[in-house]
Amino acid sequence: MNPAGTSEQVRRAWAIAKKDIRIYYSKGPVLIFGIFMPVFLFLAFFMGGRQLPLAFLLSGLMGMTLFFTSTAVSPAIFPWEGQARTLERLAACPITTEAIVLGDMIASILFGIGVTAVTLLIALALGLPLLHGIVLGSAVLLAACCFSAIGMLLAVPPTNVPSNIMMLSSLLKFPLVFISGIFVPLEQMPAWGLLLAVCSPLTYFTDLVRYSFTGAHYFPVAVEIAMLALFTLVFTAAAMHLHRRTMPRRM
Amino acid sequence: MTGDTRTDCSGVRNVIEVEDLTKVFGTITAVDHVSFEVREGEIFGFLGPNGAGKTTTARMLTGVIPMDGGSVRILGHDIRREPVRAKQRFGVVPETSNAYVDLTAWQNLMLMGDLYGLDRARAQGRSHDLLETLGLYERRDQKVQGYSKGMRQRLILAMALLHEPELLFLDEPTSGLDVQSTQMILSLLRALNADGTTIFLTTHNMEEANRLCDRVGIIRSGKIVAIDAPEKLKTAIDRVHRIEVSFDREIGGDLLSGLAGITGAARTGDKWQITAENQDTAIRSLVSFSRQEGIAILTLNTLAPSLDEVFLRLTGEERS
Ligand SMILES: Nc1ncnc2c1ncn2[C@@H]1O[C@H](COP(=O)(O)OP(=O)(O)OP(=O)(O)O)[C@@H](O)[C@H]1O
Ligand SMILES: [Mg+2]
Repeated sequence: MNPAGTSEQVRRAWAIAKKDIRIYYSKGPVLIFGIFMPVFLFLAFFMGGRQLPLAFLLSGLMGMTLFFTSTAVSPAIFPWEGQARTLERLAACPITTEAIVLGDMIASILFGIGVTAVTLLIALALGLPLLHGIVLGSAVLLAACCFSAIGMLLAVPPTNVPSNIMMLSSLLKFPLVFISGIFVPLEQMPAWGLLLAVCSPLTYFTDLVRYSFTGAHYFPVAVEIAMLALFTLVFTAAAMHLHRRTMPRRM
Repeated sequence: MTGDTRTDCSGVRNVIEVEDLTKVFGTITAVDHVSFEVREGEIFGFLGPNGAGKTTTARMLTGVIPMDGGSVRILGHDIRREPVRAKQRFGVVPETSNAYVDLTAWQNLMLMGDLYGLDRARAQGRSHDLLETLGLYERRDQKVQGYSKGMRQRLILAMALLHEPELLFLDEPTSGLDVQSTQMILSLLRALNADGTTIFLTTHNMEEANRLCDRVGIIRSGKIVAIDAPEKLKTAIDRVHRIEVSFDREIGGDLLSGLAGITGAARTGDKWQITAENQDTAIRSLVSFSRQEGIAILTLNTLAPSLDEVFLRLTGEERS
């Protein structure tokens, strides 16, 4: 066994993910938040009663659900563990910082996908036809990875006060939702709006969901998938690199 | 996996090799060009007053924080270049308790098993044995939240020992614990050491260091001020030795102070306090004196300075 080898480190990352799920994700409030948030978002959307088609509303809803759930808990894990002094325990274990980040990401990916599945069930229950299941499946998977990486990037500032990080991440998360074609269809956006929208991975995911249900899309599907994959790679690499540098400052 | 470690001239393998280790926090040099070795199979005590840099040193040795200068080799692995391989072979008990309080003792141990790449059966077997030894087996399915400080510390020791490391780092493992927990931990450390585990231990507790350690290093304001066996340190700081002796009948003080090797004799209560330049000569002449005079020696104690005194002497002077 080579403890520093990739396969062994990935196995240890999975141990981190299991620990995260046990400790941080199976708490009552987190689960309730996970189930109720999409329901409430949906009601808020629906009651808004604007003249927008259900499929558009739903793609926006799924986009928001996946985005908010996969970034809900992960930014706070490092600060929590720094505060609880369990991070020092992990730092002394034969696991790389990259594997710890990967483990935290896996947990948030699973949580995001799980809650998003609830939204999908609502959509299907409302009688929306699912036209492109494979595209939807891969879009959800990719976007979950991408958003989890964003969650880990939000965790980079080396503070051990979870509420600081939560505040900071809300400040960054909400504007992102507004530029991502969720409240205004991309077709109706002004040029500067589109310019912002192409910078947000959430835009591509929302558009892919819309395509899966209606067949309509703004950018070519392959481009959207490729953009999501690119964002995922860049964000993951950046999160791992930055955490390796800041982790010692949490001790 | 042992061929990669250098040995010193006496053929003893060095398990820890530290050279010019330095750490700077802002304007404070917490660890200042520290160099030392820890030999295979020994218990090495790292002593120093609060804020001397013990924890900072231990954290750099275990790869938890990066060093600002110098080099550290653990079991032949450079801690900066091969941190994972080094960490795989040692266990750590950090200064502050830090098991996951939302997990049970058993779950904490299983997590460690996964992080060290142990297979399930071995992790379970080891956990069972360690929890039994440390008196926690009955409480294994209780969340650590409900554990007392002593129980947590014992669990953390179990977590550090799960993968049977060749080298163990402990940062004040017994501070704040009751006699029972302390004794349990110390006797386990002795047993581990007897089985060949090398131990690096930081402590404030001189008595503990004195009884446990083969060698101690004393650090003050980030600098090493002495490294040696406890007994050698004690004799080194006091050139003058003291002996306490009592006889079964009255004798004159001038008789005693005239003996070879004895520089002074003063009476306190029913005992004589003897000062001597050479302890060995003084004791021999006391014995032959009592034989010649037909006096019986009731008690004879050599009063070496305690490690406490050594410590205060070495860490107290030139203090600003
Ligand atoms: N993360 C940090 N940031 C800034 N300064 C630090 C940090 N950690 C330690 N120091 C400083 O480094 C010096 C050495 O601290 P260290 O914790 O190593 O001492 P110690 O010998 O372990 O003390 P104690 O016996 O109280 O545990 C202290 O002056 C401390 O204030
Ligand atoms: Mg300390």
